[in-house]
Amino acid sequence: MSLAQKSSGWRPSASINTLKQRAGILSALRHFFEKRGVLEVETPQLSHAVGTDPFLHYFSTDFSLPNIPSTHMLYLQTSPEFAMKRLLAAHSGPIFQICKAYRNGEVGHLHNPEFTLLEWYQPGFDHHALIQDVDLLLQSVLHSQPGHSISYQALFETHFHFNPHTATLEEIRKKALSRAHSWENSLIDRFDKDTWLQYLLATFIEPTLGQESPCYVYDFPQSQAALARLRREDTFFVAERFEVYVKGIELGNGFHELCDPDEQKQRFLNDLQIRETQRCPLPPLDQHFLAALSSLPPCAGIAMGIDRLIMLATQASSIKEVLSFPFENS
Amino acid sequence: MTMYSTNEFKSGLKVMMDNDPCSIVENEFVKPGKGQAFSRVKIRNLKTGRVIERTFKSGDTLEAADVMDVDMQYLYCDGSHWHFMSPETFEQYAVDDTVIGDAKLWLKEQDTCIVTLWNGLPLSIMPPNFVTLKIIETDPGMRGDTSGGGGKPAKLETGAVVRVPLFIQTDEIIKVDTRTGTYVSRAKE
Repeated sequence: MSLAQKSSGWRPSASINTLKQRAGILSALRHFFEKRGVLEVETPQLSHAVGTDPFLHYFSTDFSLPNIPSTHMLYLQTSPEFAMKRLLAAHSGPIFQICKAYRNGEVGHLHNPEFTLLEWYQPGFDHHALIQDVDLLLQSVLHSQPGHSISYQALFETHFHFNPHTATLEEIRKKALSRAHSWENSLIDRFDKDTWLQYLLATFIEPTLGQESPCYVYDFPQSQAALARLRREDTFFVAERFEVYVKGIELGNGFHELCDPDEQKQRFLNDLQIRETQRCPLPPLDQHFLAALSSLPPCAGIAMGIDRLIMLATQASSIKEVLSFPFENS
Repeated sequence: MTMYSTNEFKSGLKVMMDNDPCSIVENEFVKPGKGQAFSRVKIRNLKTGRVIERTFKSGDTLEAADVMDVDMQYLYCDGSHWHFMSPETFEQYAVDDTVIGDAKLWLKEQDTCIVTLWNGLPLSIMPPNFVTLKIIETDPGMRGDTSGGGGKPAKLETGAVVRVPLFIQTDEIIKVDTRTGTYVSRAKE
């Protein structure tokens, strides 16, 4: 690195004007929630437990004084979901939080390992009711046109002519390879069904979504339920989960939240099993969260990437343009 | 055997893919909020020069390619092969037409080029960004015209043809940008 590059490394990667727009959006978000009586809360970023999602990698540290060995692990939260559900279980009513979340190993033009998340819960809502309110929020903050919803199944039937809930791995491979470039074959032989679906969605479908107005994709495969509740459809189950896309960018993920502690624990254990096969570290299960879950009122919630929201509002092409100091020069 | 995993992929990294040495052009991190992360990689095949796009699962690996860029002096052409010498080891390398490619249009004896070696064998030649070459043939232009507008073709001592301003004459020496194949300026002898 040249001296000139070194000496300008202290500068913010966002312009001061963008940072003013950023502050304006944060204040518009808080105003939106205040008008609707949604309570702003804060929960710990450093916790004794953390999410088990096999594809989210956490940062950990320990609670200790210098020179005194400690085995007390703490985890930076990949999302404030567990703590916020404990508040909901304690009758908080509708709540939101705008906070930093931390995901290890994620750097790119849409990713920074520490990023700003909006997490929002509405008791009494299902995922479709929450989609309506998320759309109002985007209309007020991004000045977008009213959005539209499409099911995950309809999306794959339109683009690839198979039902993602019932298709076998072999069917998916066949349909997909007609679209995927032939030279991809050798490398994607090892894809399982969900990896295929995620690859097809990310590569071919996502870039087309939400070009005119926000697009809400709902009812995901059971195997991608995460923390959403399941619903029986004919011969299969769907997860009552949705994703919102604006101009090809995935902006947020929402659930009609699972309230069943036994089912939740089973999913955690499944996650840990997958983690074990991937030789990922195994975090302790969040026992406070599991204990609170039986008191969780029926509700829907969404996590939305605020840096990406600001990218869309300012027409930025990289997350760096909306962060004061990105990972590379933090 | 050195292996690189997707999180080490960065521009310029030399790796083996489909048994050919390649150079990574661009690596984009793609990750659905819930689910598998991917690396969408643009990669240049160093044998063919073609850039292709491929998707890897995060954590996938590629074998490192033993590819080195070495500064070498261009010595001469014997009609079928072009000869280069490393000024450090004095080792000489001969390359044929397929390896030299378009670089032959810009090579003047004694000029320093970048020779890319794969497992010790020349894979490609990159001429200097700027070369000074003599014009051996061009239509007589109008001496008074210094505007540079229009231009005309001029044949250089290496056989390359570039567009030059009308005031440039045969036997003059000019500076050429080899990356674009365009005239830059007059050059001193």
